Amino acid sequence: MRISRRILAGLATASLAVTATSCGGGGTSGSFDDTVTVGILHSLSGTMAISESTLVDTEKMAIEEINAAGGVTVGGKSYKIEYIVEDGASDWPTFAEKSKKLIDQDGVPVVFGGWTSASRKAMLPVYESKDAFLYYPIQYEAQECSNNIFYTGATPNQQSEPATDFMYKRSPAAGGDFFLVGSDYVFPRTSNTITKAQVKQLGGKVVGEDYLPLGNTEVAPIISKIKKALPEGGIIINTLNGDQNVAFFKQIQDAGITPSSGYYVMNYSIAEEEISTIGPEFLEGHYGAWNYMMSIDTPASKKFAASFKKRWGADRVVADPQESAYNMVYLWKQAVEDAGTFDDNAVREALVGQKFDAPQGPVEVMPNHHLSQTVRIGEINAEGGFTILEETGVVLPQAWNQKHPSSKGFACDWTDPSKGEKYKL
Amino acid sequence: MELLLDSLFNGVAIGSVLLVAALGLAIVFGLMGVINLAHGELMMLGAYTTYVTQLIFKLPILKPFYNSYIIVSIFLAFIVSGVVGILLEKTIIRKLYGSPLETLLATWGVSLILQQFVRSVPLAYGTGLVISLLIGLFLPTTFPSKIKESINFKYFKFSSWIFAALTGVLTGSVISSSVSKLSRASARNVDVTAPSWMRGQVEIIGTAFPKTRLMIIVITLISVIAITLFLNQSAWGMRIRAVTQNRQMSDCLGISTEKVDIITFGIGSGLAGVAGVAVSLLGSVGPNVGGNYIVGCFMVVVLGGVGNLLGTVLASFGIGIMTDLIGAGRLLSIWPDMPLPLSNTINFFATTSMARVMIFALIVIFLQFKPTGLFPQKGRMVEN
Repeated sequence: MRISRRILAGLATASLAVTATSCGGGGTSGSFDDTVTVGILHSLSGTMAISESTLVDTEKMAIEEINAAGGVTVGGKSYKIEYIVEDGASDWPTFAEKSKKLIDQDGVPVVFGGWTSASRKAMLPVYESKDAFLYYPIQYEAQECSNNIFYTGATPNQQSEPATDFMYKRSPAAGGDFFLVGSDYVFPRTSNTITKAQVKQLGGKVVGEDYLPLGNTEVAPIISKIKKALPEGGIIINTLNGDQNVAFFKQIQDAGITPSSGYYVMNYSIAEEEISTIGPEFLEGHYGAWNYMMSIDTPASKKFAASFKKRWGADRVVADPQESAYNMVYLWKQAVEDAGTFDDNAVREALVGQKFDAPQGPVEVMPNHHLSQTVRIGEINAEGGFTILEETGVVLPQAWNQKHPSSKGFACDWTDPSKGEKYKL
Repeated sequence: MELLLDSLFNGVAIGSVLLVAALGLAIVFGLMGVINLAHGELMMLGAYTTYVTQLIFKLPILKPFYNSYIIVSIFLAFIVSGVVGILLEKTIIRKLYGSPLETLLATWGVSLILQQFVRSVPLAYGTGLVISLLIGLFLPTTFPSKIKESINFKYFKFSSWIFAALTGVLTGSVISSSVSKLSRASARNVDVTAPSWMRGQVEIIGTAFPKTRLMIIVITLISVIAITLFLNQSAWGMRIRAVTQNRQMSDCLGISTEKVDIITFGIGSGLAGVAGVAVSLLGSVGPNVGGNYIVGCFMVVVLGGVGNLLGTVLASFGIGIMTDLIGAGRLLSIWPDMPLPLSNTINFFATTSMARVMIFALIVIFLQFKPTGLFPQKGRMVEN
């Protein structure tokens, strides 16, 4: 195991060196003054491997791009980025253990990692006690703001809130009743608490809510509840995770819960990758909300998708989590160059206010360690992509959600020592 | 009336998924007493067989018959899982009869191996391997008894294995070159799409029923009837029952208990494969699909009473109907103006997660009073 991982790492570095020399522009390749090693920590085995390995691919690609463009320049010296990939094995304590290994044994200045909230919650105490830095790339339920984590995914007000607004006001089911379906863990429950508060504010009605235990694919009781609660059609907000979506969409279609009969599903966990697994024939006409969609028609977005396909194969797709992962590597590079050192505290200070022309459009790091982002609502089309219907302006992140009863009126600001993690507005 | 029909149908639909999944285990665990934790993975192999069959039926030669692929895959899944089960019995389980703890650990190991196998071996070659096993295991049994008894039989056996290996590699490469989706290994979950005649709904007495659910109920019914007939009417069925009741006595009377074990385990595993076809219609097919069902299967068999098919049938439909009654809050629609505290309690349990908690709690309470399940086995074996 250990040997094979070493060989793998060796191979990866070797291939990296080859890429750097073969396509490096500006004559800087191969002539770095020094190297810096960063940590990549995602699940490469177990149930989450399917999703998380796409992030590893994206992070490697971003690092290769940076190296090909001359690496990181700190204090007049150019550094080539090298990386150590560790496997979190879809097991939350393993994430904490590997984090310790990366920080203490390998001495990496930064770790890019995590997907599930459970893995992040397991890693958080490690980074806080060692005062190290974790970059976390997934859209999540927020209600957290650590000085030692930098969150590049969307907070609920950057995904679910604009989506609920769209469904209630401008979708074909506008003004209809809501039914909330999710997997039974922290993200769907928090997200739905926020949605319920928002629907109430909008003057709508949530007529039902149900959670499927993780791993369970029996959705028959949920279907009969949806039919009872929404006999004439309505809005379904779906926060199911992974494979449960396949069971859900196959079975609701068989039960006649389709857009043509007035049921519209808004999804928060279905991106291009998932559409191809579930099958567009089950999803066509339903909706999704993300910051990045592969169909965004800008040069930055097209370039991102094209380089990923070139690097990893023409049949691969890019989706929102990958875009977040890509952004965080670049933002780290910029912050390090601005700080002029790899030292955590200096980089943390330099990070806030960093701007980057991301594939989704401009993003900026806010004082609460989250990103300002653009929100897009898309309709799933027969080709397995999104037809973008709406695009907000830049939305500022709320680490503490302003609609959730427990966090209303609070905010987070790490640039002001008197404010910190949670202060009253 | 419509409500009752709807509720009953839902209960039967949920129950039949449980039943088809637990049926194989009822035989392997119920009759043979083998705690087979790889049962879920045998189901997974059945589900993957459905996927492979679906892709092969998309080839130009078989395209006209595409609509019937699901029927074909039921038989193929039975064979594939049955063959893997027989191999499992011959190599591992046979050596562990009478030591349940070791069987449990060994079969758990096998389940991990099978999961990783489908992740890291291209399905085309997986199919080739199964074909090799099928030929290698069964070709020697078709030889005339003259050859079987000859001293050189081991050479015949050896050469038939070589033939089997070659055929396997050949089919593997043919499939791999003709269906590109099967030529690469992938941990990604795959999807089985039901043929068009099985999608949508049918209307019976004013209520619409999803066709896939009806199909699963039909598969389950046929499996239960077939296995009951086999156990009660056929000669091998009688032998199986005899060995279950008293192994030593059956041995003395000239029944080959070794053969009975292989056949029983093979049939139990084959039924797991059929269950795999059924569950592939409901959700996606992936390495972990079996693990989601294994707890439910054991629950059904234990509740029904180990060693009793009728108990298994009643237990699965019972759990199915209870799941629907509690999980969908049916009692509230039957009796809308019940007192507030009661309706609040029912509402509290009317979510899928809480309904599960309730079901497990009810089962635990039930087993306190009847520890041997609904229909405990009577007779000498129990006393031993």
